Amino acid sequence: MKDIALQALDAALARGVSYADVRVEHARERALGTKNGQTGRLGSSESTGAGLRVIVDGAWGFAATDDLSSTGLSAAAEQAVSIARASALASRSPVHLAPEEKHEGVWESACAIDPFSVSIEEQLALMLAIDAELRRNPGVTLAETNMIFTRTRQVFVSSLGSVIDQTRTTSQAGFEAWAFKGSEIQKRSYPNSFGGQCQLKGYELVYGLLLLDNAPRIAEEAVALHSADQCPEGTLPLIVDSSQLALQIHESIGHPIELDRVLGSEANYAGMSFLTVDKLNTLRYGSDIVNAVADARLEHGPGLGTFMFDDEGVPAQRIDVIRDGQFTGYLASRETAPVIGLTRSNGAMRAAGWSRLPLIRMTNVSVLPGPHTLDEVFDVDRGIYMETNRSWSIDDKRYNFQFGCEIAWEIRNGRRARMLRNPTYSGITTEFWNSCERIANRENWTLWGVPNCGKGQPEQVMGTGHGASPARFRNVRIGGGYGK
Amino acid sequence: MNLLEQAECQTIFDRAQRAARAAGVDDIEIYIGANATALTRFANNAIHQNVAERDRTLSVRALIGQRTARATTNRTDDDSIRRVVEEAIALTKVAEPDPALLPLVSPEEAGEIGAAPSRFDSATAATTPEQRALAVKEAIGIVEAASATAAGIFETGEEVEALLNSRGLFRFHTETSARFSITATANDSSGWAKASAVSAGAIDPVVLARSAADKARLSASPRELPPGRYTVVLEPAAVLDLVGQIFADFSATAIFDQRSFLTGRDLAGLFGENVVIHDDAYHPLQSGAPFDGEGVARRALRLVDCGTVRDIPYSRASARRAGVAPTGHGLALPNDTGEMPINIVIAGGGSTLDEMIASVGRGILVTRLWYIREVDPFEKIMTGMTRDGTFLIEGSRPVYGIRNFRFNQSVIEMLRNVVAMSAPVRASGEEAFDLVAPAMTVANFNFTEVTRF
Repeated sequence: MKDIALQALDAALARGVSYADVRVEHARERALGTKNGQTGRLGSSESTGAGLRVIVDGAWGFAATDDLSSTGLSAAAEQAVSIARASALASRSPVHLAPEEKHEGVWESACAIDPFSVSIEEQLALMLAIDAELRRNPGVTLAETNMIFTRTRQVFVSSLGSVIDQTRTTSQAGFEAWAFKGSEIQKRSYPNSFGGQCQLKGYELVYGLLLLDNAPRIAEEAVALHSADQCPEGTLPLIVDSSQLALQIHESIGHPIELDRVLGSEANYAGMSFLTVDKLNTLRYGSDIVNAVADARLEHGPGLGTFMFDDEGVPAQRIDVIRDGQFTGYLASRETAPVIGLTRSNGAMRAAGWSRLPLIRMTNVSVLPGPHTLDEVFDVDRGIYMETNRSWSIDDKRYNFQFGCEIAWEIRNGRRARMLRNPTYSGITTEFWNSCERIANRENWTLWGVPNCGKGQPEQVMGTGHGASPARFRNVRIGGGYGK
Repeated sequence: MNLLEQAECQTIFDRAQRAARAAGVDDIEIYIGANATALTRFANNAIHQNVAERDRTLSVRALIGQRTARATTNRTDDDSIRRVVEEAIALTKVAEPDPALLPLVSPEEAGEIGAAPSRFDSATAATTPEQRALAVKEAIGIVEAASATAAGIFETGEEVEALLNSRGLFRFHTETSARFSITATANDSSGWAKASAVSAGAIDPVVLARSAADKARLSASPRELPPGRYTVVLEPAAVLDLVGQIFADFSATAIFDQRSFLTGRDLAGLFGENVVIHDDAYHPLQSGAPFDGEGVARRALRLVDCGTVRDIPYSRASARRAGVAPTGHGLALPNDTGEMPINIVIAGGGSTLDEMIASVGRGILVTRLWYIREVDPFEKIMTGMTRDGTFLIEGSRPVYGIRNFRFNQSVIEMLRNVVAMSAPVRASGEEAFDLVAPAMTVANFNFTEVTRF
């Protein structure tokens, strides 16, 4: 792969580019699913190709090809150059990149048990055992399980002289119990909705999730929701579990701090951001106890946003995003960093495969643990505790959001009281984070994976990481999703 | 010349068949895809991302007794073909037997493809980066002249799909596509327009740029209205954004699984009498292949007739279970969702958009919707935001722009409250796949919150 990458780079350099980088990738995936005791999905896929990014006449061009012959690579280089020349027809100012060092390295993410070495029979046997356990509850009308494993090797080379070889292995697993009754569909998921938990790990992730142990409880809750009261409307203290807080972080911290969005690059699709550059170091984003980082380093944990180098050859870094409630940092690229006075990119450029252009993407954007025990977080006279995301929506500048969860409980005097169905909550981003009054400690902190973040045109689906512990917010609007 | 010719597809299949037989397996199905697309993206009145890609897909499904599984690669050399076939067979051997699994479809059972319009335009396939850049430059100029900032895309591409199986089925489809969308952003307002077509020549970037710029200008200095129930005029893209959310539930498998909102409902008069919805792969404004994931010919369906749900899409497996004929809407096997209609055509009415606005005493005009997610799966309550051109209608005309609303609206209720419709057009949005839809006037639309812009 290195030879192919260098050959493509040479083909670009021979055409007079002022900068070029090449990513050659081989991606492998295994996807399994069961539904009501049958194999629902069973497949494997692999994809290999090269993406060439060039600057010519001060403008960008990018071409990606599955043809890795020398003819194919030359054609792709020629295409990238001709595209860059066309870009120059409607450009305003030449592209300027923040300086970066030449880097060389080989890195492979930790993987205690290679998920591709575990037999499919074993994987399906576990999934079918979970499926059977869910359907032992007669109220469960649909049981589904899934596992997805990926391994991507990428060789990055650039005209700076960098040669970086990275291999990342991810694992994902989870299950859902559906219960249809009368005129309602209820669903419970474990350990999270929309695919479960997903991390930069091998099959050890699956063993650690205790999937089978949790199946009876999840089935019971899915069925019990039909007898639960509707979540009331009102303004109340809200406690969210760590998986829901992870998605809240993703939508209302992670996306607003993407500097390309702030600067208008995504105006036509993903939208812009309320975090205009004048707010850097001046905006009180949250209460004093809110501290958030964007951290792609191994030290942060095995997140979907963990790597050694980003996709323009910048080393993984940690950025303070919110420090003691104050907004302190954006996610940037080599092109956008100078706009806010940074002398160097903070390493957030990532592409969804060889055929896509790197964009500023979240790495692991996490809210750091607080000092509180779970009992302290739940210590309210009356409040609502919500668990596991069911729906999520936020406006195109990331102000107004609404989330729905699968299940809730009313909290009375610090303890769970009645179960509630169809809970939703909504708010304005900065008001919400400024109302944060308790964050649980590291014992309750989990680094969640969001495998389905969409951005860019053509759209790129990316995995991001978000560490969170359960947290409490005061005066939150509850129940608006079912408001008349 | 196509990206992939039929003869090459047959050659790839023959090699795959030989590899399968060498491993003792007779029954395989292969899907071959090839695509070449290019997208010129602009923001801040300049091209900032400009990309092209070409790729292939070779996906092999093996069938051994009551077992099936799939392996996929993007390489079509001899060695890769052999390896992907062997991988498909290895996976199939460890799959759980499925008593309901059917044999590969024969050409006779797959049926005749109806008369479909050509969906390939060689000029679109040959569009150059310079042509896209010059069109973008002209559109930027229009928005800039209106004191706004332009962002958007111009995409052109071609695609080939082939499906062959060892019972002699050979399906082949090729098409081109073009998309142009543009957002004009002013100080405190924005406007948006988008179009898609088989042919780039059917899209006029100048018209779209003017429309986006006009919306940005007319919605300047937006005022805040209280949330509540309003009569809304939804432009076709907004109809697509919202109504497009419900069609995964028009699936026999989803109903069997009791995860569809149609499960156990009285389907007579579920929507208003003026609601008529077809699924029609052969409609001149539609796109896509006229066969499904197993190669069965797509049939045109009347999903909703005068407000009553009539036809439900069936794959071969769900049709066998229900004792009916498949409709050609099955997804590639193995899968856990069954089938889905993807060529939606919503019949319209006789009004123009201007007449619809004029007939509303007081209401809201909505250009597009954003970030729509399902709040309630059975009532089909969707939440989302308005975006890029939301206006108060008063005295039969849009009078000023308003701050964007959040809605929590049941699509079932919405389709009972349709007051007027325009003629349908090919609508293109970002929240659902392209479909043919009219603008709609809807009474009692439920806006629940308002944002800060």
